[in-house]
Amino acid sequence: MSLTPRLTAEQAKASMAEIEPAYTRQEAQVEADRCLYCFDAPCIMACPTGIDVPAFIKKIATGNMAGAGRVIFEANPLGASCARVCPTSALCEGACVMLDRDQKPIKIGRLQRTATDHILSTKQRVLHAPARASGKRVAVIGAGPAGLGCAAELARLGHAVVVFDKKPKPGGLNTYGIAYYKLTPAVSLGEIKLIEDLGVEFRCGTEVGADVTVKQLEKDVDAIFVAVGLGRTYALKIPGEDLPEVVEALDFIEQIHTKPLHRVPVGARVAVIGCGNTAIDAVTQAKRLGAEHAVIVYRRGAADMPAYPYEYELAKRDGCEFMFNTLPVAVESHKGHVAGLKLARTRVDPEGKVAVIPGSECVVPFDMVIKALGQEPQAGLLKTLFPKMKLTKAGTIARKADGQTSIPHVFCGGDAANGGREVVNAVAEGKKAARAMHRFLGGQPVEGPVQATRMGVRGKPMGSGFDRPVRVPELEAEYRAKEGTPTAATT
Amino acid sequence: MADLSINLAGIKSPNPFWVASAPPSNTAYQCHRAFEAGWGGVVWKTIGDPIVNVSSRYSAIHSGTSRMVGFNNIELISDRSPETNFREIRDCKRAWPDRALVASLMTDTREHWHDYLKRSADAGADGVELNFGCPHGMCERGMGSAVGQNPEVIETIVSWVMEVAEIPVIVKLTPNITSIVHAARAARKGGANAISLINTINSITQVNLETFCPEPYVAGKSTHGGYCGPAVKPIALNMVHECAADPGVGIPISGIGGISNWRDAAEFIALGSTGVQVCTAIMHYGFRIVEDMIDGLSAYLDGKGMASVNELCGRAVHSINKWETLNLNYKRVASIDYDTCIGCNLCYIACEDGAHQAIDLVPSTGRGLGPGRLPGKPVPQINEEHCVGCNLCSIVCPVEACLTMVDRDTGKPPMSWQQYQERLANGEMAPIPAHP
Ligand SMILES: Cc1cc2nc3c(=O)[nH]c(=O)nc-3n(C[C@H](O)[C@H](O)[C@H](O)COP(=O)(O)OP(=O)(O)OC[C@H]3O[C@@H](n4cnc5c(N)ncnc54)[C@H](O)[C@@H]3O)c2cc1C
Ligand SMILES: Cc1cc2nc3c(=O)[nH]c(=O)nc-3n(C[C@H](O)[C@H](O)[C@H](O)COP(=O)(O)O)c2cc1C
Ligand code: SF4
Ligand code: SF4
Ligand code: SF4
Repeated sequence: MSLTPRLTAEQAKASMAEIEPAYTRQEAQVEADRCLYCFDAPCIMACPTGIDVPAFIKKIATGNMAGAGRVIFEANPLGASCARVCPTSALCEGACVMLDRDQKPIKIGRLQRTATDHILSTKQRVLHAPARASGKRVAVIGAGPAGLGCAAELARLGHAVVVFDKKPKPGGLNTYGIAYYKLTPAVSLGEIKLIEDLGVEFRCGTEVGADVTVKQLEKDVDAIFVAVGLGRTYALKIPGEDLPEVVEALDFIEQIHTKPLHRVPVGARVAVIGCGNTAIDAVTQAKRLGAEHAVIVYRRGAADMPAYPYEYELAKRDGCEFMFNTLPVAVESHKGHVAGLKLARTRVDPEGKVAVIPGSECVVPFDMVIKALGQEPQAGLLKTLFPKMKLTKAGTIARKADGQTSIPHVFCGGDAANGGREVVNAVAEGKKAARAMHRFLGGQPVEGPVQATRMGVRGKPMGSGFDRPVRVPELEAEYRAKEGTPTAATT
Repeated sequence: MADLSINLAGIKSPNPFWVASAPPSNTAYQCHRAFEAGWGGVVWKTIGDPIVNVSSRYSAIHSGTSRMVGFNNIELISDRSPETNFREIRDCKRAWPDRALVASLMTDTREHWHDYLKRSADAGADGVELNFGCPHGMCERGMGSAVGQNPEVIETIVSWVMEVAEIPVIVKLTPNITSIVHAARAARKGGANAISLINTINSITQVNLETFCPEPYVAGKSTHGGYCGPAVKPIALNMVHECAADPGVGIPISGIGGISNWRDAAEFIALGSTGVQVCTAIMHYGFRIVEDMIDGLSAYLDGKGMASVNELCGRAVHSINKWETLNLNYKRVASIDYDTCIGCNLCYIACEDGAHQAIDLVPSTGRGLGPGRLPGKPVPQINEEHCVGCNLCSIVCPVEACLTMVDRDTGKPPMSWQQYQERLANGEMAPIPAHP
C-alpha cells in the first residue's frame, strides 16, 4: 500500500500545534519575578551564545519588553527559534540556581520566547549595522543557523554579506527540519527578516558548486564562511532499503514544512530506525499526522539512547512505541511496497558492542520505514568546493578554535564543522567565526558579551557561555563520578 | 489553651481580633458574618452626616506575585444614614452580646458629638471610637486628620465627648503627623480611655504613565488617598511603640496597620497593644482569616507558657531604647552555610556595591558540588575583618537560614555611646579610630 495523508486540515493543525504555547502577559510576569537576578549567573555561562539571562528577565519583569528582546537578539540573532528549540534542561535552565533550592528552574526558554515574540510581532528593529561600512565583502555558504549567526554578526560589524543557499528559503534546518510543533517555518523566517534588515543579501535557490562556483565567489569577496550543514542520512545497508516507502527522516520532516499538513503522506504502521533526537522528531510527527502505530526500532537499550530524556518522554506521551534491543535485518516487501521489517533481537556486551541473538528473528508488519541513523558529513561536497581544505577523519571541516579553516580566508561553523550539535551551537560558532573574520579583515578585536554589571568588579568573572559554554548536568555527572557518589538524574 | 480574651479600657471581647472601622464593618450583614467567623469585635464603619462617595475608590501596589502589599483608598465615612447605622448596631449587639461592638464617629460641633455619643450608647455599643484620622476628603471639611493633626483640637473635642460619655471612648489617631506622641498625650489629657492607631497614611500609589493620572482614577483626576495594608506595618509598629513607651500617654492601645495574621498581631501586642484591628487583610481574603489568627496565637501563647494574651502585652516595649544606649562593643558577622548556598552571588554584589566590600569570590575547591551547580564556580566568602555586621547580605540571601549573622566575642566589656562620651571626657580612653 502506498502512503496517504490521514488527517483533515483541522485535525492536522490541532495535533501539530505548538507543544509549548506562548505565555500570557501575566504568566510571563510571574515567571520573570521568580528569577533571583543572580550576579555572575550560571545560566549565562551555560548559554553557548552568552545571552545575559538575568538582564533580559529583569526587563520582562519591569515591562521593558523591547529592551528584553534587544538583549537577546544582540547576543543571539536566532533568539526566537532558540527559545523554542534549545534543550534548555541541558543548557541555561540546567544551570539555574533554583535547582539547588529544590525548585523548578526559571523557564528561561519560554521567557526568551515572550520577549522575542514581542520584537517579531511589533516588527521592531533591534539589530543595527554601523553607519560606516568596512568596505569588505564576505560570502556565506548555507543560510542555516551557523550561516545566519555569522552573517548577522558580520553585518553588525560593518561588512557587506551575501548568503547563498540551495534551498528556496533561508533558515536551513530551522525552516525545514525542526519538529513542527516546536518551531514553524513562519517564526524562523520572521526572525531572518531581522537579519535581512541589517542589509544582509540572501541568494536562495543558488547552490554553490552548481549555480555559482567558489572561484567566482572568491573574485567578489574577501572571505568565505562555510556552513553547509550535514548531508544524507547514513544508509541502513539492508535488503529492501530502496523500496519507495523507505524514506529519510529529514525528507519526511521537510514535507511537513513545505506541504499543507493535511497533505503529508504517512503510513498506518510506521517504523523509525534509530533513537536520536531526529528519530524522536520523526516518530512523534508521524504519530501526530495520523499513523496508527509509530514505533522506534533501536538496536541498543533505553539507557543508551542518544535522545534527550525529555524528548523520550514526549514521544511516550504521544503514544509512540519503542522496540529496544532490536536490529532491522531486512525490509520485507509485497508487490514492490514495504510490508514489514525483519527484526532480530540484540544483546549489548559490557564494551558496548551490539550482537544479534541467533534465532531471534521475526517479521513485524509496517508500511513505512523512516531512517534516522544520523547524518553524514558532506566530505564529498567540501572536497569539490575546496579541494585544498583539510577535513577531519570523520569528514567534518578541520578548524581552529575561532573557526578558521586550513585556507586562511575560509572560515566555518555549525554542523559541517562540529559534526552535528544544536542550533544554538551553530549560531555561536557562526558568531565567533564572524569576529575572527572581522580581525582577519583588519578590524579591531571584539569582546563580549559580558554582563554589564560585571565591569570593574574585583575577582575573576566566570565569563559567559559564549567563551566557554558549560553543560551543567554533564559537568555534574562527571564531578559526581569522580567523587564516587552516584550520578543523580538532573535533566 | 491560653485565654485570648481582652479588656480594652472596659470593652471586653473574647479575643483580641477586631474588625477595623472600614468597608468590612459597613453593614449588619457584614458584622454578623464577622462574628460568625470568630472576630472578637467590630468597630463600625465611621458614622457621621451621610456623605457621597465617588466611583473608583481604591488602588494598590503589588510586589512580584504578592498582590496588594500596599492598599490605598479615597473613600469617605459611611454613606448610610446614622439612623440606619445605629439601628443595625442595636440588632447586631443583641445577637452577639459577648462580642465587642464599637461605634466609630466623626462629626463637628460639640452638640453633634454629644448627640452621636448618646445615640451610640442607646444603640447598645460597648464603646465609641473617635475618628480623627481620615487623611482624605473629610479633612478638607475640618474633620478626620484635620483634627488629629492638631493636639489642641484633639484635646478639646475629646473633652467635649467625655462630658457625656457613659461608655469607653477610644481616640483613633492619624499617622500623618510629626510626632504621634503629642497627639496621643492630647487624647489622654482630654480624658480618652484608650487610643487606636494607625489610621491610613497620605499616599499616591502609582502614576499611570499613559494618562499621567494616578489610580484611583476619577474622570481624569485623582486625589491623595489613605495608605494601609502590609506595607504600613513597620510604621504602625513604630508609632504603637512610641505611644506605649511614653509615660505621658499611659492609656490602653488598640493596634492597627498592616495586620494580616497572628504573627503581625502578636508583634503589635508585644509592643504594647491590648488588642488589634484589621481592615486590608479582610478586604483581601475575607473574614475567614480570623480562624488561623485565633488558632495561631493560642498555639504561640501555649508554646511560650503564657496563660493569657495579656501576658504578651508590652513584652517587647523595653527592648527598644535610644540609639545611644546600644552596645558599641557588640560584634556580629555574616556566615555562609555552604551546604545550602545556591551560588546566586546576590550577597556578594550587595556587599560589593551596596555595603563594605567584605565578601570575596574565591575558588570553590573542596566545597562539594559548589554553589550554582557549576563545579569550580567561585563561591562567596566572608572577610570577617571587613564585615561590619550590617546584615545586608543576610537580608538579600534568598535561601532560608543560609547566610546568617553570628555573634563574635570582641573580648571588650559593653560600652554605649553615652558611656563612650563619658570616658572620652574623663580621658579614660582614646577615640575609636574612624573607619578606614
Ligand atoms: C530533524 C532534526 C531536528 C533537530 N532538532 C533540533 C532541536 O530541537 N533543537 C536544536 O537545538 N537543534 C536541533 N537540531 C540540530 C540543528 O538543526 C542543527 O544543529 C543546526 O541546524 C545546524 O545549523 P547549520 O547552519 O550548521 O546547518 P543547517 O541548518 O543544516 O544549514 C545548512 C544550510 O546549508 C545549505 N547548503 C548546503 N550545501 C549548500 C551549497 N552547496 N550551496 C548552498 N547552500 C548549501 C543547506 O540548504 C542548509 O540550508 C535538529 C536537527 C535535525 C536534523
Ligand atoms: C477603604 C477603606 C476605608 C476606610 N474607612 C475608614 C473609616 O471610615 N473610619 C476609620 O476610622 N478608618 C477607616 N479606614 C482605616 C482602617 O480602619 C485602618 O485604620 C487602616 O486601613 C489600617 O489598617 P489595615 O492595614 O489593617 O488596613 C479605612 C480603610 C480603608 C482601606
Ligand atoms: S540562574 Fe536562574 S535565578 Fe539565577 S539569574 Fe539565571 S535564571 Fe535567574
Ligand atoms: S554583614 Fe554587611 S558588611 Fe558584613 S558581609 Fe554582610 S553585607 Fe558585607
Ligand atoms: S546570597 Fe545566599 S545563596 Fe546566594 S550566594 Fe550568597 S550565601 Fe549563597
